[in-house]
Parts: sequence; C-alpha cells; structure tokens
Amino acid sequence: MTDIDETPAGLRALDLPGQGLDARLVVDRGTFRLDVALTAAPGDVVALLGPNGAGKTTALRALAGLDPLTGGHLRLDGAALDRTPPEARPVGVVFQDYLLFPHLSALDNVAFGPRCRGATKAEARAQAAEWLTRMGLAGHSGAKPRRLSGGQAQRVALARALATRPRLLLLDEPLAALDARTRLEVRAQLRRHLAEFEAVAVLVTHDPLDAMVLADRLVVVEHGRVVQEGTPSDIARRPRTDYIAQLVGLNLYRGRADGHTVRLEDGPALTTTEDLSGPVFVAFPPGAVTLHRDRPTGSSARNLWRCEVAGLETHGNQIRADLTGALPLAADLTTVAAAELDLHPGAVVWAAVKAAQTHAYPA
Amino acid sequence: MAGTGAAALLALSACSSPTGSSGDSGSSANGTPTLSGTVTVFAAASLKESFTMLGKKFEQQHPGTKVTFSFSGSDTLAAGITGGAPADVFAAASTRTMAIVTDKQDTAGTPVTFARNRLEIATLPGNPHKISSLRDLTRSGLKVALCDRTVPCGAAAQKAFAASGLRLTPVSYEQDVKSALTKVELKEADAAVVYRTDVRAAGDRVRGVEFPESAEAVNDYPITLLKNAPHATAAKAFIQLVTSAEGQKVLARAGFLKP
Amino acid sequence: MTEPAQAHTVTPENRSRHGRPRRGAPLPLMLPALVGLAFLLLPLLALLIRAPWRSLPEQLTSAEVWQALQLSLVSATAATAVSLVLGVPLAWLLARTDFPGRGLVRALVTLPLVLPPVVGGVALLLALGRNGVVGQWLDAWFGITLPFTTAGVVVAETFVAMPFLVISVEGTLRAADPRYEEAATTLGASRFTAFRRVTLPLIAPGIAAGAVLAWARALGEFGATITFAGNFPGRTQTMPLAVYLALQNDPAAAIALSLVLLAVSIAVLAGLRDRWTTAST
Repeated sequence: MTDIDETPAGLRALDLPGQGLDARLVVDRGTFRLDVALTAAPGDVVALLGPNGAGKTTALRALAGLDPLTGGHLRLDGAALDRTPPEARPVGVVFQDYLLFPHLSALDNVAFGPRCRGATKAEARAQAAEWLTRMGLAGHSGAKPRRLSGGQAQRVALARALATRPRLLLLDEPLAALDARTRLEVRAQLRRHLAEFEAVAVLVTHDPLDAMVLADRLVVVEHGRVVQEGTPSDIARRPRTDYIAQLVGLNLYRGRADGHTVRLEDGPALTTTEDLSGPVFVAFPPGAVTLHRDRPTGSSARNLWRCEVAGLETHGNQIRADLTGALPLAADLTTVAAAELDLHPGAVVWAAVKAAQTHAYPA
Repeated sequence: MAGTGAAALLALSACSSPTGSSGDSGSSANGTPTLSGTVTVFAAASLKESFTMLGKKFEQQHPGTKVTFSFSGSDTLAAGITGGAPADVFAAASTRTMAIVTDKQDTAGTPVTFARNRLEIATLPGNPHKISSLRDLTRSGLKVALCDRTVPCGAAAQKAFAASGLRLTPVSYEQDVKSALTKVELKEADAAVVYRTDVRAAGDRVRGVEFPESAEAVNDYPITLLKNAPHATAAKAFIQLVTSAEGQKVLARAGFLKP
Repeated sequence: MTEPAQAHTVTPENRSRHGRPRRGAPLPLMLPALVGLAFLLLPLLALLIRAPWRSLPEQLTSAEVWQALQLSLVSATAATAVSLVLGVPLAWLLARTDFPGRGLVRALVTLPLVLPPVVGGVALLLALGRNGVVGQWLDAWFGITLPFTTAGVVVAETFVAMPFLVISVEGTLRAADPRYEEAATTLGASRFTAFRRVTLPLIAPGIAAGAVLAWARALGEFGATITFAGNFPGRTQTMPLAVYLALQNDPAAAIALSLVLLAVSIAVLAGLRDRWTTAST
C-alpha cells in the first residue's frame, strides 16, 4: 500500500479536517477479506479500479451500509457511520443496472428519496422535476423506466441518487450497462455532473478509461487490498502491478537498477535512460517494440531479445503479438508489417526496444 | 367412504363372476348350507357398531364367508345402488331412502323392517342445563344443533316439533346425525336432537334425555336383498341373522327398538 | 379484428392471434394437454348437460339460494382479505428472512393444504371453539364465540385458503430482485417503507394470483366450514353447504345451485382477469 499522504488529493483531505470521507473498510467473509483505506475531500471523485472479484463492490456496499463492516471505521464529514443503517446515511447510490423502480415514473423514481426524507408529495415532485430538468430529461418525467434508453435511465438513476442531497455519492460501474456509442456520450455528461457535485463521489469500475476520465484519483484494488493509488496520469505512467500495466497497455517489469541498466528478476537486463539504483519498475508501451525476422545488424537498440510468437490478436487497426522467450512482452505492429514478417504462432522473431522509449521508476 | 366402496368393488371383481356362480351353493330350506363368498352390505351409518358385530358373528358361523360393509348416509348409499354399485344387501335408516331403491326396481323381494330408532336429546354430561323436555330446548340462550331437514334425523326432529307445537331456532342444521352429536361432544352446542343409538354409542361423552314426542317420529330401518346381488344366497343368510332373535339382541344393545 | 391487415397473405390457419405464424405444437405436449383439458372440463360439461334447465328458473327464485350465494361471496371475499393481511407478511418472512427452523415453518404453513378440510374444521373447533384451547378465553374475556357465526365461516375459509396465498406470494417474492429493496433503503426508506412502496407493487401480480386462488378455494370450501361453523341459512350456510344438503334429497336442485356457483365464479374471475390485463398494459 502506498502512503496516501503523498497524493495531492490526500493532502487536500488533510487540509479540511473532519470534512469528507475517512474510511477503513474491513469486511471479513471467511475466504475473502477486504481491507481498504479510503479518504477523500468534498468535491473529490475517487475511482475504485480493479479486476472482477477484487472487492470493489463489497467496498461500495459497505460504504452504503448494505453490508456490515467487520472492522475499521467509516466517518463522513466527521460523523461516524459504522452503525448507521443505510436509510439513515447521507449516501446516494447509482447501481450498476440502475435499479429504477419499474412501477414508478421517472419523476416518482427521483421523488422517492426526498419523499422518504420527509418532503411532502408536492415538494418531492417539484425537487424531482428540477433534477430531471438539470439532467436534460424534463420531457421524460412521466415515462416508466422501461421506456427510457440506457443513457436516459442512467441519468434518472443519477438524479434519483442526487435528489437526496447525499454527502457521499457511490456509483457502481456507472457505464457498464451501456453500449459503446451511448457510453461515450454518457461518460462526458457524467463527468460534467460529477464535476459539479460538491461532496465526495466514489465510483467503482473495472474500466480504466471510465476511471481515468471520471475520477481525480484512482485507488486500484486487487484481492481485497489497495495495490496502488494516485492520479490517473501518475498511474498510467507508473503502473505497479501487471494488472494495471495491462489495463493501461504497458509492458511492465520489476528489477534492480544500477545506473542505466536494470537487471530483471530471473531475466535479461534492460537499458534505460533514467539513472537509478535499487528496486525499480521498467515500463514501455507495446508500440515501442519493433520486430525483425533476423537479428538486426547495426541497430541502435540496446534492448534486443529472441522471442517466439505465442499468440496474435487484432487490436483496432493493429495487430498485437503476444511474445514469449527471454522475457514475456506484447508488441503492436501494423497488419502489413505482420504479413511481411509472416507472423504466426510458433514463429521466431527478434524484438527490439529503444532505451529512450522505456520508462524506469523506483518500486 | 369412497375407499370402502372401492375396496368392496375390488374384492368383488377378484373373487366372483355373475350371480349364482362358485360362491353360492344351492341351499335347501332347512339343510345346513355351506356358504362361501363375500357379502357386500350397504348399511346406514347408524348401524355401524351393531352390523360390524353381526358381520363377525356371521363369518364365525359360516367359515369361508366374508362380510364387507359400506357405512354411509342412506341417501348416498341409495344413490350408489341405483347408480350400479355391486352390493348384495341394503339396510337403510328410513323407508323413504329405501323407496329410492325399490322405485328403481333394484331390490329382490320386499324390504322388511328389522329395527326402529327414535330420537333422544343429547346434552352435556351431567345435564348442566337441566334439560328434561323438548320444550326446554327452546329456552333462549341455549345452543341446539339439529340435523338438516334433508337428512332423516332432521326430518324426524321436524315431525316431533310439529307434534308438540313447539318452534325451535337451532344454531345449526347439521349435515348428518354424527356431526350434530360431535357438536355436543365438543361442547360447542348445549344439546342436539339425535337418535337413541347415537347417544348410546357416544357413551358418557353425552347425556341422553328421552322425550315423549319422539314416539311421533320413529324411524323404521328396512333391509333387503338387492336384485343384482353377486352373492345372493350368502346375503339372504346374513339378512336372516339380522332379523333373528340373536340379531335383535345385538341391535337392542345398541339402542334400537324392536320392529 | 383489432390488428391491421398484413400486407403479405397469411392463411388464418397458420397465424396466431398476434399475426405471427404459429409453430406447430409438438404432439407429445399437445396430446396430454388436450386430454388434461378434456379431463377438467368433462365433469363441468356433464353438469351442464344434465342440468334441469326447465325447472331452473323456479329453483333459482328461492330466497335461500340467493342468501347462500350472497353469504358465499361475502365470506370468501372476507377470507381473502384476512389472508392478504396476514399471509403477505408471512410470505415475506419466509422469503426474505433467515431464522432457525424456517423450513419447518414453511412446511407447517402448507399443512392445511394436505389436511382433510373436515379435520381442519375439527381442529379449529378444538382451538377456537367455545371450549377450545384459545376459544374458551375468547368466550370468557370478550364474549366472542366463533362457531355457528358468519365470522366462523370466514375463519374456516381463511384457514383453508391462506396457504394458497402464502405459497404463491412467497414464490413471487423469491423470484423478485431483493436489490430493489436495497436501492430503496439507500434513498432513505425504512425496511417497511421499502416493502410497502417498492416490493409490494413489484409483486402485485403474484399477490393477485394468490388472492384469486385463495378466493376460489374459499368459495368452494365445504368441510371445514360445515364442521366449524355449522349450517344455518343466512348465517353460515354457504353455497357448497346448500349444494351438499340439496344433494341429499333433490339432486336436480343441487345441480342448479352448482351452476349458479360456477357461473358467478367464472364471471368474477374473467372480470378480474380482464381488468388486470388492461391495467398492466
């Protein structure tokens, strides 16, 4: 776990003592144990990023009060919420498949929260209408959820959660239920709404793009633990686990640096531009790898390995080659180049990476 | 009830063929006939105790025979017989129900009355309400169960009340005499007008109170051999047992009156 | 024809009501289905064929018939209402909570389904009768006696009919997504509010189906009613009791009464069905 105080967002949280979210979520379920610390200042958007089964949703349910904590603590704006039932927490949730009440209109879905929190029917509906207008859904207030498109339903769900004026907004895979095209548009809208939101927002996602576009800060969770935390750009540049490296599309190795040479654990050495010593990570994108049928002569690349093609897959208009050999790596090349090289599983190739295209940082 | 009927049916189809076959040896008037086969008796529910005993006696006296009973409401039994149920003997609780069968000409010979039953008041043990007459039943606040007028005990009670000039509003018109009696046994009703035999059969769970108007509504119990009886000879012998002095003794013990 | 004419020609034989060509039902399904249908309808058909149509008008003009019919409808509806008030929460308890012995409780709830109704009636007398385990206190403290009263009819019918409702609603609840209740609680709803405003509307079709089953069962109830509540015209004599007693000496009248009961139930059930299907679209 990294020290959260190093990150700018963490510093902000400390600037306003007592404000925002301060939680250590421990949920023990026999074979699985979640132990995640989360802090955020009002206005922060934090993304919990991790593979399926990492415990992201458990963390979110614990924050909402739907699953009890077995340990740790949960404070929001200074108030302890550990023992508070979900209905009494100032927490709004946008569920993965929205869970809009199918028997209520969009308006009544949004009015549900204010109504439960004591508003009269008329007040609740007036507030709901205002929220729908803000979401650009004024014309759909009478529609039942099944008549709404995916993007509209997502905005109604967001309006419903915001209408209770939560101090903590939780979003569970907010874009997962959408098709690729609507996703783009809804992501942009959601980003705008989250930017306007004055309290803490925590979103759970397994999609790095969603996380990076929507959040100010990422918390990467694997096996119930925080493995890395930081700004999106920081994490994209300096992944610390294979999972994150894969997510952001980087080849990642761990080794020990001695000047410009990094000796990998059980592997060859890499030449880098950075001058470091001690344990380090080395990362480079698959596009930085060039492949050759024969050992290139006179190449300036210091990093040259003999590899075998393990698999090929199309990646946009490129082909990604999965290579094994002295070190496992992914390489991107054009379709034409792949054809010229006569790439096929089992083919032997030489892979080269320029030192200038690698990036080394302390582990 | 249906179960008994089905069992009887099975027994019949298993061991017999049409009338006058294997089971029935030709009997001479005074000889000692060797009887065999299964006699199927359809009998009114009120005859259950006494007929079961007579059935056992019959089987002892005529080894190789078997008597099976179907006890039910006389109307139900009559409907079964006219509907083609294969029975040998029908013993009804009223001449009216017997008439249903004779009208359809399903009987062999004329029914004979073998017993009579009269009504009695059944009340709680110890007679806490001090009931001594039919008139006492009309006291307000007293819960009395009668049989529905569509069933024999109800029709008889109606006659008795008509004869006495009394009017009674019961809490319930029960579906049969046993239900009426049950209501008193469970102390839900304070009294019920039922048959003497039912009071006798209930032992000390109820207290019987006789009333003179019951003489106006005496039920005759007719018995007859049926036309399509699969085991006519043995069936005749059973009817003989019922009407014999021995049979009458058993019936009298159950509370029946002599015909 | 409510649907627009199709541009392409489709013969009436191979199109269903919705304009889609009907796919042939496989024989191993079709044959038993038709036999099953015939088996259910034949006795009803026989009732119609043998009905004393000529004397029917005079059979049905008797005040006692209408009294019994009215009592049947009122008591079956009341029994359904009681079943709803008590049965829906019970179904919720069985479907949404976990407590030791829940399986046993569930089995006990269905017990009245297997108990012969007459036995149920006797059991009710032993429990709620004037001299019953609980009934004696009802009598002593409140002066309430249930046997031989219309309330007793409702009690007997509820006893027999409620399990149908509980089983039906529990099944619907199990199939319903419990996360809607969670969503409601995150919006500030207490668990009861979530149940009332979210779960209840969601499972309404299941509740309606269960209520219809319970109502139908209550309407036809005989054994428990006559045993527990007795038989008195206008007070406890429902249609099935009137039919049974008429059967004793006037089968024609019994058939006539049965026809009335059948006609009224079909009218009510068909009417409700129409209302639901139109309401849900």
